[in-house]
Amino acid sequence: MEVRGLRFSYPGGFPALRGVDLILDPGEKAALVGPNGAGKSTLLLHLNGMLRGGEGEVRIAGLTVRQENLGRVRALVGLVFQNPDDQLFSPTVFEDVAFGPLYMGLEEPEVRRRVEAALSAVHMDGYGSRMPHRLSLGERKRVSIATVLAMEPAVLALDEPSSGLDPRSRRALIRLLHELPQAMLVATHDMHLVRDLLPRTVILDGGLMVADGPTEEILQDVRLLEEHGLEAP
Amino acid sequence: MSFLALDERFQQGASLLHRLEARTKLLVALGFIFATTLTPTGRWEVLGGLAAVLAVGVLLSRLSPLLVLRRSALALPFVLAALPLLFTREGEGLFTVPVLAWRWTATDAGLEALLTILLKSWLSVCAAVVLTATTPAPDLLRALQGLHAPRVLVATVSFMYRYIFVIGEEAQRLMRARECRSAVVGESSGGTIRWRAGVLGNMVGSLFLRSYERAERIYDAMRSRGYDGELKSLATASLRGADYAMLATVFALLIALESYARLS
Repeated sequence: MEVRGLRFSYPGGFPALRGVDLILDPGEKAALVGPNGAGKSTLLLHLNGMLRGGEGEVRIAGLTVRQENLGRVRALVGLVFQNPDDQLFSPTVFEDVAFGPLYMGLEEPEVRRRVEAALSAVHMDGYGSRMPHRLSLGERKRVSIATVLAMEPAVLALDEPSSGLDPRSRRALIRLLHELPQAMLVATHDMHLVRDLLPRTVILDGGLMVADGPTEEILQDVRLLEEHGLEAP
Repeated sequence: MSFLALDERFQQGASLLHRLEARTKLLVALGFIFATTLTPTGRWEVLGGLAAVLAVGVLLSRLSPLLVLRRSALALPFVLAALPLLFTREGEGLFTVPVLAWRWTATDAGLEALLTILLKSWLSVCAAVVLTATTPAPDLLRALQGLHAPRVLVATVSFMYRYIFVIGEEAQRLMRARECRSAVVGESSGGTIRWRAGVLGNMVGSLFLRSYERAERIYDAMRSRGYDGELKSLATASLRGADYAMLATVFALLIALESYARLS
């Protein structure tokens, strides 16, 4: 995943990203931290072309994000929204996880295989016929991740995956994310998650990347963290 | 304030009716309602036959008849809508009620029409109650799709079913927040009706805005997974022998009853 010179302003003229350069190697897991309004979500929405029209370039597995290849890009980047009630919009878990593969134009047996594999990857085997509103928040978060895993993406872009979870579900989620082989960019305020899961940390503030380095080093720089409204775990 | 009413209609079970394909049950229920509607006024024996078919259905479903009765109370408010029939049909006068300056006379034909309508609507609601109690809602939605109901309609109902609980909970949170701040100091409690109505209006408005914003986020989530405006779905399983047998039996019975009602 390659982001070069990315600038973007919302229609009101508010500059959300003011030149972001970020390269993520295959399988690399990085944290995207920074205060509210730093541009984290805006950056994530650029990765699969939900937001376009600014300056700069985003390339996923060598593919430039453009109108013509949005379909392929969206299969490569699994974007998971913060609120599972937004991410899970189907009457049953099965239909929700099948949604992505179905729109990729896969044959039915392959769709079913992928749904099973994705649910199994998030340890939710056998939940296919359950209804999302009957699941706990932790379970819904895991199913949310399965909905993009079923598309077999190369990159996972997760927005606040641990928010609202109790410590046990949070630990389970961190273990789960550990097991996944995909490259990951995780926007979060949860510095414990950053410490335990993500070897690399990128700090975004005011639409600019103000730090990028090994998590261990960055978490020790208390002044840097405080300057950007963060705290060490 | 409770939202128990939003709870699932489906009752766990393993009866014959539970195990039938959702499309079969949907067709049978629709056929039953259609036949009930077609029954001419005052053909009590035919309506009785339909009631017997329904009773067999309730027995086969192993649902508690009390549950079906309780849920069928949903049809009660419609009695009001049918009430004018009592006074508007030509016929022999039964009794007269003074209403303001007028005197309304109830007729025997009116009574017959009213009772027929009541019985018909109650039977129809009971059929729907048995259908929703033996079929999980997602299966019903898939059945609609399998029967080639318009996809936009099915999708709209699916979204409604998925989000009515979410929005209900949101409303509950809003109400709770209001109650928490509705302390009473001294004698007077709350404001004027007008002021309270204003508060309620703001709550409804805020709920609408939240739902609207949620809709945008859901649309984003759908597009992120490749949604392109066309509604797609997996194929449905084929019907089994038991389904065909049930369809044939019920439709034969219904056609027989209706033919008898028209021909005799």
